[in-house]
Amino acid sequence: MRMNAPVIEIEGLNFGYESGPVLSDVALRIRQGDFIAIVGPNGGGKTTLLRLIQGLLRPQSGRIRIFGKDPGDEPARIGYVPQHSNLAPGFPATAEEVVLMGLPHGRRHGPRFWRDERARAREAMRRVGVEDLAGKRLPELSGGQRQRVLIARALITRPELLLLDEPLSNIDPYGRQCIVETLTGLGRETTIVMVSHDLGITANAVTGLAAVNRYLVQTGGPQLTPAMLELMYGVHEAGCPVYEHIHNLAETLPSGEVRA
Amino acid sequence: MSLSELLAQTFVQHALLAALLVSIACGVIGALVVVNRLVFMAGGIAHSAYGGVGLAFYAGLPVLPTTGVFTGAAALLLGLVTRRRRERTDTLIGVIWAGGMAFGIILLNLTPGYNTDLMSYLFGSILTVPARDLWLMFGADALIVALTLYYFRDILSLSFDPDYARSRGIPVDGLHLMLLVLVAETVVMMLQVVGLILVIALLTIPPYLAERHTRSLVGMMLGAGLWSLVFCVVGLGAAYVFDISSGASIVATACVIYLTFVAVQSAWRKLGRRSAPEPA
Repeated sequence: MRMNAPVIEIEGLNFGYESGPVLSDVALRIRQGDFIAIVGPNGGGKTTLLRLIQGLLRPQSGRIRIFGKDPGDEPARIGYVPQHSNLAPGFPATAEEVVLMGLPHGRRHGPRFWRDERARAREAMRRVGVEDLAGKRLPELSGGQRQRVLIARALITRPELLLLDEPLSNIDPYGRQCIVETLTGLGRETTIVMVSHDLGITANAVTGLAAVNRYLVQTGGPQLTPAMLELMYGVHEAGCPVYEHIHNLAETLPSGEVRA
Repeated sequence: MSLSELLAQTFVQHALLAALLVSIACGVIGALVVVNRLVFMAGGIAHSAYGGVGLAFYAGLPVLPTTGVFTGAAALLLGLVTRRRRERTDTLIGVIWAGGMAFGIILLNLTPGYNTDLMSYLFGSILTVPARDLWLMFGADALIVALTLYYFRDILSLSFDPDYARSRGIPVDGLHLMLLVLVAETVVMMLQVVGLILVIALLTIPPYLAERHTRSLVGMMLGAGLWSLVFCVVGLGAAYVFDISSGASIVATACVIYLTFVAVQSAWRKLGRRSAPEPA
């Protein structure tokens, strides 16, 4: 693939549930090697956007191209790390088996995994530093370890695009640092799109931001623009405490200190 | 009657064989019902099976095959409507649950001169399983085991994280429907053994006990099958000794063993906690 070719191209995207529109006139362009953080309030459409990118939902109108193809056409090239809070904690499977579940649906059937598949699982676990947890059951792992196992599951196909939905929530600060370093350590052959509330810790890692709250505002670089803050928190009159707060955020965030 | 004389009786041999065949299906499907949280769904399917029993009597068809087809169709219908209205799943299960039973009762009322022992389908009659039904149960077992093993990876993945499984290209909706039909066939097999009212106990207690000492889904299936067999054989023995109904005896055995197990385990844990801080 050509360097800097668009991995994700979205134009004029509209999507809604029965209760009303969720995403309106969304445009998004992500190039190979980008590390994009998606920010925005809960219910703003961040997870919906990730699901549309994978072809799990169909847009009502607009155009989505992933690797120049229709969404869902090439599941093996996309790794997905869903929010882990809704997984059954007592499920009878080891960490290694969970990682093996990342293999795409294919011709191989039957209850046991093949040697080459297990080798791939080990390699994915090594990349995120959890290879020594292979035989553990999920309830025996900490939140950060469990999250890294789920990242390994997404990495087993060596995807070119990695989508993560709030991978840092409910994880202690040390664990968060580990996960962010793991992601940056993947190198530029892996394009990363990550939903996150924690801009502080990702500031050094990301190459761009996208604020989503029904509409989408994209920017290069790790700083929130006033337009993004307005989209996320609404327009507030001067003198209102929220206005002051947002104003201060916009003032302090773009400072060069974090990047230096 | 001595034990060897008892075991020489055809009906006892049939009962033990039925227990074994049912335990195989019960272990495999019970484990899947528990990890997929389909217990209420399985209950609904079990009760809708009564509609099949009624239909078989009304139309003068063989009971087990008719009920198998009817319940499979009911499970398919339930799977299709709940897929569209996911948030209404529990309500729709309630409709199939009661609707299937009502349909069965009405058809039995309309059947001229029926006086078959209906209780045997509500509470089971493992001692009256004919050889033909054993063959049907064997066929159902073979189908259940073969399909589960063939699709094992996909079933494992969709049981753990259906959303993710879908993103891997696994046909989650189709496999879910298949699973519901297999639940239906398992339930129909179990009608003979414990009856439709008690099906849920034998579908949930064995996997729950197995889950405590296994690391894999296959292990959970094997463990659940073994527990189920233990419950059936011990329950049958108790039914003979105390001259009580076999279905209820099997379920009571399961409940007593389950409660004992839980009590012993919590006592063990308490003991462990108390002695833990002391240096060895």
